[in-house]
Amino acid sequence: MSFETPDDRRYLESHEWALETDGTVRVGISEFAQDELGDVVFVELPDVGDAVDREEAFGVVESIKAVSDLYAPVSGEVVGVNEALFDAPELVNDDPYGEGWMIEIEPADAGELEGLLAAADYADQIA
Amino acid sequence: MSVRKPPLFGVHEERGASFTDFGGWQMPVEFDSIRTEHEAVREAVGIFDVSHMGEIVVTGPDARELMNRLTTNDVAELAVGDSQYAAIVDEAGTMLDDTIIYRLPDEDGTPSYLFVPNAGHDEGAYDRWIDHRDAWGLEATVENRTGECAMFAVQGPDSPSLVADALDGPGADVDRFTATHVTVSGVECWMGRTGYTGEDGYEFVLPWEEAETVWSAFDCQPCGLGARDTLRLEGGFLLGGNEFDYESNPRTPIEAGIEFAVDLETEFVGRDALAAIAAEGPEERLVGFELLERGIPRTGYDVATPDGETIGTVTSGTMSPTLGKPIGLAYVPAAYAEPGTELAVVVRGEPKEARVEATPFIDIA
Repeated sequence: MSFETPDDRRYLESHEWALETDGTVRVGISEFAQDELGDVVFVELPDVGDAVDREEAFGVVESIKAVSDLYAPVSGEVVGVNEALFDAPELVNDDPYGEGWMIEIEPADAGELEGLLAAADYADQIA
Repeated sequence: MSVRKPPLFGVHEERGASFTDFGGWQMPVEFDSIRTEHEAVREAVGIFDVSHMGEIVVTGPDARELMNRLTTNDVAELAVGDSQYAAIVDEAGTMLDDTIIYRLPDEDGTPSYLFVPNAGHDEGAYDRWIDHRDAWGLEATVENRTGECAMFAVQGPDSPSLVADALDGPGADVDRFTATHVTVSGVECWMGRTGYTGEDGYEFVLPWEEAETVWSAFDCQPCGLGARDTLRLEGGFLLGGNEFDYESNPRTPIEAGIEFAVDLETEFVGRDALAAIAAEGPEERLVGFELLERGIPRTGYDVATPDGETIGTVTSGTMSPTLGKPIGLAYVPAAYAEPGTELAVVVRGEPKEARVEATPFIDIA
């Protein structure tokens, strides 16, 4: 099975994606990651205003069978949280690159994005 | 220990299953999604490959006595075709395993039994039966047929009609908890109206080499161990390795809440120890609970009082696909075992409100 890896965003080896729009970085998990997890039933996310550190855990996603940490692609301040996931965590399965997004970060150093995997490199990793 | 594979490993792989190691077996854990498989069994019907379960056959003039002295229930109650749940315990009453015992048709006028140990426990059970038979001088043959037998479970409210269609003759209307020989596509199977999902259903024991013929006779959702676990947990059934484990979580059947499978009127290894515990009451009990805050209880999480005193451990937990609520099983001091008792489950360092609930969590068949 092959999974989508949209090339408008960058990726972490731990399967999070980061999409920059107007200076903020939206974060979610890849289609591959949601498939590996199976039915997502719970997400635990930070609050707006919290600080997150690059490659440190910022939250947790749980499927029926597994618990997995979520890692921040860049350091910065949380400026948005997808609260829709609290009532509908299955959005992570249904639309991992869209409505299943998790948090938005105002990066301390936007240059950190450049250090992440390009879509083609991430696609190779999961191939 | 080498990894064992079920006879249909390749068939399941072809179907897109993912696998997990369970009791030394590589077993399908998920075919489509746990939720899809779970819902199929609750609302329609699904089929599980449970060939990791052991099969041991005990036959002979003293078969009944051997079975009765090594299991906690009363085998003498079983007529041909009846089945019974029981524990296997040591002298101290600590559970080695739990099992289903079927009485097979008599052989040469003597009783014959099939019992089904959990995955990876067949060799230990076989040795235990042989050792005690010899020590007690009993006349019985004991055969470990685990490597010759496949086992499938067809479970769900629509299983009677699916099974009726698959059988070459009658038999699908067999009573709950009884078993009989049937044929499926020409293959003779031992079929019991038993299961581990809380739904009506059937379990088939059949020759290893005929596995594909029988499996393909049931056109329904294939289900893996993931859905088997969420289904049994909603049903409040024990999972060996979680709710009891001889090494890491030694428990008696009384604290595990299966007193109904312990008949203290019979003589069995561990009987006196269990009689004493039953008379005094166990120090701890297995309880069902519901988490009242957002979160999911997982095996090994601490259970605390509302004041924060740690009093127990979660043995199993999940987000119940049927109820849409986080549920689990845990051992707590007996004083906290009453349904309605308020507890806390510590999720990643945060105590979350929980409440003791009667099990099963759902209405079971």
